[in-house]
Amino acid sequence: MSTVLVFLEAKSGEPTRISLEALAAGAQIAAATGAALAAAMVGAATGAGFGMLGAAEQVFAIEDPLLAAYTADGFTASYAQLIAQVKPEFVVLPHTYQVRDFAPRLATRLGRVLISDVTGIAMDAGKVTLTRQLFQGKLNGQYHAVVGSPTLLSVQAGAFRAEAAAATQASVTTFTPNLDAASIRTKPGEPFRAAAQTVDLASAPLLVSVGRGIKDEANLPLVKELAEALGAELAASRPICDAGWLPMERQVGSSGQTVAPKLYLAVGISGAIQHLVGMKGSQCVVAINKDENAPIFEIADYGIVGDLFEVVPALTAAVRKAKG
Amino acid sequence: MKIIVAIKQVPERDARIRIDSAGKWIALDEIEFRMNESDAYALEEALLLKEAQGGEVVVLSAGPERVGQTIREALAKGADRGIHIASDRLGEYDALGVARLMAAAIADEQADLILTGLQSDDLGLGQTGVILAELLGIPHSSLILKIEKTEVGIRVLRELEDGWFQHIEMTTPALLTIQSGNTRLRYATLMGIKKARSKDLRVIEADALGVDAARCVSLDSVMLPSRQKTTQMLTGTPAEAAAALVEKLQQEVRVL
Ligand SMILES: Cc1cc2nc3c(=O)[nH]c(=O)nc-3n(C[C@H](O)[C@H](O)[C@H](O)COP(=O)(O)OP(=O)(O)OC[C@H]3O[C@@H](n4cnc5c(N)ncnc54)[C@H](O)[C@@H]3O)c2cc1C
Ligand SMILES: Cc1cc2nc3c(=O)[nH]c(=O)nc-3n(C[C@H](O)[C@H](O)[C@H](O)COP(=O)(O)OP(=O)(O)OC[C@H]3O[C@@H](n4cnc5c(N)ncnc54)[C@H](O)[C@@H]3O)c2cc1C
Repeated sequence: MSTVLVFLEAKSGEPTRISLEALAAGAQIAAATGAALAAAMVGAATGAGFGMLGAAEQVFAIEDPLLAAYTADGFTASYAQLIAQVKPEFVVLPHTYQVRDFAPRLATRLGRVLISDVTGIAMDAGKVTLTRQLFQGKLNGQYHAVVGSPTLLSVQAGAFRAEAAAATQASVTTFTPNLDAASIRTKPGEPFRAAAQTVDLASAPLLVSVGRGIKDEANLPLVKELAEALGAELAASRPICDAGWLPMERQVGSSGQTVAPKLYLAVGISGAIQHLVGMKGSQCVVAINKDENAPIFEIADYGIVGDLFEVVPALTAAVRKAKG
Repeated sequence: MKIIVAIKQVPERDARIRIDSAGKWIALDEIEFRMNESDAYALEEALLLKEAQGGEVVVLSAGPERVGQTIREALAKGADRGIHIASDRLGEYDALGVARLMAAAIADEQADLILTGLQSDDLGLGQTGVILAELLGIPHSSLILKIEKTEVGIRVLRELEDGWFQHIEMTTPALLTIQSGNTRLRYATLMGIKKARSKDLRVIEADALGVDAARCVSLDSVMLPSRQKTTQMLTGTPAEAAAALVEKLQQEVRVL
């Protein structure tokens, strides 16, 4: 019987949300192809987190002191060894920074190519078609794996619904990889956070967020005035903070803040996935963009297609008038 | 230090994207091309290291003839020489195939450091660098913002999720994939542009590298995404659209 093997990531011993989404994606493939579902996570088999993987028929706890801190070499070697034992048809991973780091190496070691950041899985007559975004979300591409196995894929955050853990509990098998300290060629340091926060974007009810469409630092007063008129905090996409036009603590997205305000007004932001993951929980999204095909409109409740240099001043004036 | 920088030429950021008649890729006839964004940062890091440590910066790019123009741009900014893997049919390779071409083209270079961008702005697989490291049998780190030389190798600053960072120490030779945004990019000077014309640019035909193009992954079609949410579009003049939005914010969203 063929197997779908899902590798999960744990934080404080529990599988992360995106990992459970990957498990759900794996379950979908297993159901459609009649395969068994197996799950694997680094940690001690006695850990409580393994109890949350009930959807899988087989659970592996990958245990080795050399895996305590993540390294690409350690993870690639261990995962490759488990794959050699299980011989799965599909390997599913969550598309996290860590997976981006080692999974291409893992796939290469197996002579395969990882289909990364998958947003959709379709099954038709035994053929599995995987969708991923191109051009930062402006286009979708459909892929399939050609002869050979396994097919490796990583799934985008939020693309699959994490199922509640099934009541049944699979037995957990400890897998001890054969690792050698000398084969780990990088020495990772402790993670740290940049300077202390002085604004708390997460608690602001209204946000005006500015992107590269603003073109120049000198144009920022335009959005600042709109934010003031609305009584909103100012946020930004990454390129604005990278350029130093606004401090990094105002950056929304996967490498910045996660926000869920009542109103998120995106001005000149295209809507790349790394931005969307930080704000798609907003109750209402308004987008102003000159490109009617900008991906931000896919998640916007209200949209204005137009030149922000005309629309924003008009909006500031209209807000001021409404507020009297 | 000898540093190789892999640079991909991609469509201009604001390019109008139209799907070609076969539905397999975008129509390229009206597209302008430029250097992939994170690759421009990789080049900048390489030039900064060379300025501090001495050494050589070699630019590597695979693609059709027009790629030569992007290599020249890198040479004008200060790279010492270029390698162009020439092919009009790069789309027949998957990422592993493209990385094999690159590995074969630089096999004799004995570089201390290979830098690639984190991810391309067009296909965006975000893997070519890491694959290349495995093919070459050297360690790598991805999502790198800063590189410092140490006694035994290098110390790099890696970006993690949600505003966290980490330092990693590693030996060389090594491959790093560079994240955009940590430095200011330089412009090519007139002098640089003039000098670039006489710098060495070696063209290697992809077919001559003996790499099997057989793919393990196939890109079957491309399409415009479908909307997940129904967006109410507010139309009219800027003043009309603004007035309509204010009304929605008052009546429906109730935030005004
Ligand atoms: C690992 C990783 C992590 C990342 N983390 C983050 C993150 O945390 N946050 C983040 O934001 N990004 C992040 N990014 C970057 C992300 O992929 C995008 O590149 C970025 O979000 C784009 O910012 P933007 O929308 O402002 O710029 P662009 O994509 O350049 O979009 C500018 C938009 O402005 C519009 N525009 C231009 N002129 C006008 C005008 N006159 N009027 C109206 N509209 C106009 C254009 O149509 C376009 O849609 C990350 C990327 C990676 C690879
Ligand atoms: C028409 C067409 C058809 C295609 N068909 C398929 C297919 O059937 N199957 C498939 O798997 N792929 C296909 N591809 C994708 C193609 O093989 C990709 O270029 C390859 O997968 C590299 O991925 P990427 O652009 O996503 O780069 P990424 O992995 O995102 O790039 C990371 C970094 O690697 C370096 N890099 C990447 N490419 C180059 C380059 N050419 N020269 C120099 N440096 C580079 C850059 O530094 C870049 O920042 C097709 C492409 C096209 C245009």
